Amino acid sequence: MSVGGMAEGVPGGQLIQEGDYVVLKKQDVYKAVQVQRRKKLIFEKQWIYLDNAIGKHYGTTFEVTGGGNLQIKRSEAAAAEPKEAGADNRNIVDDGKSQKLTRDDIEALKEKGIKGQEIVQQLIENSTTFRDKTEFAQEKYIKKKKKKYDPNISILKPSSRILAMMYYAREPGKICQLRYDTLAQMLTLGNIHAGSRVIVMETCAGLVLGSVMERMGGYGSVIQMYPGTGPVRAATDCFGFPKSFSESLYEFPLSKVESLISGTFSGHSRVSAQRDSVQGGDEESNGSTAEKKEPAQDVAEETCPVTEPEGSADSSQPETQEEMEVSGEESNERDQNPEKKQIVMEKKRKQDERRKRESEAAVLLQNKNADGLIIASRFHPAPLLLTLLGFVSPSRPFVVYCQYKEPLLECYTKLRERGGVINLKLSETWLRNYQVLPDRSHPKLVMSSGGGYLLHGITVAREPAKPNSSCPERTGEPAPKKLKVAELES
Amino acid sequence: MSFVEYREQIQDGDTAIIFLGHDSMFPVTIKQGSQTQTKYGVIRHSTDLIGKNYGSKVTCSKGGWVYVLYPTPELWTTNLPHRTQILYSTDISMITMMLELKPGSVVCESGTGSGSLSHAIIRTVAPTGHLYTVEFHQQRAEKAVEEFQQHKVDHLVTVKNQDVCKNGFGVSHIADAVFLDIPSPWEAIGHAKDALKIEGGRVCSFSPCIEQVQRTCLALEEHGFTEINTLEILLRVYDVRCISLPVPDFGTPAEEKGESSVADKAKQIPTSQPGTVQFKSGVSSREMVGHTGYLTFATKNLF
Repeated sequence: MSVGGMAEGVPGGQLIQEGDYVVLKKQDVYKAVQVQRRKKLIFEKQWIYLDNAIGKHYGTTFEVTGGGNLQIKRSEAAAAEPKEAGADNRNIVDDGKSQKLTRDDIEALKEKGIKGQEIVQQLIENSTTFRDKTEFAQEKYIKKKKKKYDPNISILKPSSRILAMMYYAREPGKICQLRYDTLAQMLTLGNIHAGSRVIVMETCAGLVLGSVMERMGGYGSVIQMYPGTGPVRAATDCFGFPKSFSESLYEFPLSKVESLISGTFSGHSRVSAQRDSVQGGDEESNGSTAEKKEPAQDVAEETCPVTEPEGSADSSQPETQEEMEVSGEESNERDQNPEKKQIVMEKKRKQDERRKRESEAAVLLQNKNADGLIIASRFHPAPLLLTLLGFVSPSRPFVVYCQYKEPLLECYTKLRERGGVINLKLSETWLRNYQVLPDRSHPKLVMSSGGGYLLHGITVAREPAKPNSSCPERTGEPAPKKLKVAELES
Repeated sequence: MSFVEYREQIQDGDTAIIFLGHDSMFPVTIKQGSQTQTKYGVIRHSTDLIGKNYGSKVTCSKGGWVYVLYPTPELWTTNLPHRTQILYSTDISMITMMLELKPGSVVCESGTGSGSLSHAIIRTVAPTGHLYTVEFHQQRAEKAVEEFQQHKVDHLVTVKNQDVCKNGFGVSHIADAVFLDIPSPWEAIGHAKDALKIEGGRVCSFSPCIEQVQRTCLALEEHGFTEINTLEILLRVYDVRCISLPVPDFGTPAEEKGESSVADKAKQIPTSQPGTVQFKSGVSSREMVGHTGYLTFATKNLF
């Protein structure tokens, strides 16, 4: 197993390079982008080019100059001017005339290309009430104006911390409202670490998958179970993992799980079988299962095209509609059009590769010895959990996320009926951010009121199912007794 | 057995977790010829445990049974012998993510305390990372070394017995992250900065009191740290219960009761008693842990 091409420790590994996936940060706003030369990007209502960031260190702060170019921001000398401040606001009247600069004046300053810092200074000088404000109010005023007129952009290395915070703030709908502290709980409760074999079923744009992969560092294996025709990995791509990480990443369609369990799964489909016969079928069959075909899965194979997740560059993604059409005309045009032939060959190579990975994933799943299961999706968690738990070894943790509590109540009850799990816990975390400033410390005004719920537990060796009672969760475990357990070391 | 690598079979010398049911568990060191007493009777290590698979049900002498579990840092946290107040998994998970820990990370920690967080850090940074942990209490430091050896993770951790506020972490410019859980973290911020890599890294300080947080934040700012952020994470645990509430009697004749909408709903879930409606609920405990500590995070940049 490779060390995963870790850039850390290598000189220059912390430098921003062309093609890198990075995160732009302005105040508390994040945006993930790929660094490309001469590419215009919009971030927080501002056009910028990242060309000047190439070769600079990660974590560098830039200011935007004319034409959207970036320029390194040196730590500014604190404007240490004689402080003059009022004690309270008893004489401050809101007449709307305290600012002597008009909107047009400010626009003119901006157009002249005057630095944001100077605009802020002008605003302060032209504010008649500034001197009367308390020291704290002055600070707040400056902070507010700086935010508007003197924006700095930092370029950061992506991490699950940054991407989870970014997704929760920007596109919570795409990640089922999974708040970053909840994601943090999942990774810890799931004991995700290097060397494990983990099953992930998520519809969170690939954020959960990426976070799991980050914690595994390219060691061990991850099998992503996906609904529909292909896994979504838009967020996974933002992590910018080294190529070697993809060797340990497998995917397997949920639609074939039933056939895998019943033993009718086959890595081949009708489409591929046909092509194999035409082109001399040199691919060895996946010997672990019977060659029986499921009609449903052939249909899935043929109607392969899907809406590709944005920014996805994964070669294992299903092909697009046009490519499918090309392949339909394959037999007619194969000899006349060498260019098309090449496309077809490339496509076949990709398809074969994809099928091979699917067979490998099937073998891994059939071992039924996964070290953990992570579920976070828009589907009802109960059937996912009850089915996928069968692939997990005893004495391993599993974690299920759901945006709502009720489906997890059902999971809890059904797991109790099924048996083979202990230490079931239903929980939620609350996250409170604080403002900490001298004499002004307090919780932030707004806190998030919904980061989702988790059900987690540990698998154990299963026994024959017990007869079901009306309220199994009350009878499933012995009542807690205050018995002291003494351990004898002989 | 090792805390950083799953193994199927129980072996001599392993640390295993004996699960008795409903939050009742304890750790045990597996030893040939050794015995462990439980409320369900005795467990003989040689015959009942060694060679069995983790996750198995083990029948004890009195006919009762227990499960034997693989030790994860999370199970260890709830079962370890306390030498100090410890950090629990809720805070640990946030610390791990916000410090951006992953395989290969080099981490500095102080104090080691009971090693609750240490085990979680080691699990996350293995197999290529390292933990440098500093504990000024000699006995605790020695005990931690002993535990790391027993748990076969001693190659991933270095324990130093010194005062972090005076002597620092004993390493310079090699850490990706620093964690502080000491009474006066502001006195160690300079050392934290020195321990972190030249190109930067993350720092976290855990303090129960807001006054400690304020002094720490000031110190962080003085030392040029950015992205200073203080937060608090609370865990709410729900009990899954079947609740049944009685339906009020309005004097309606019995045969008409079936027509009412409330009774209709009740039909879907089998009721144990007539005149009641049953439903499942996630019931919060009467009391919860309302505060463990404030977590302050910050970033060290190159410039």
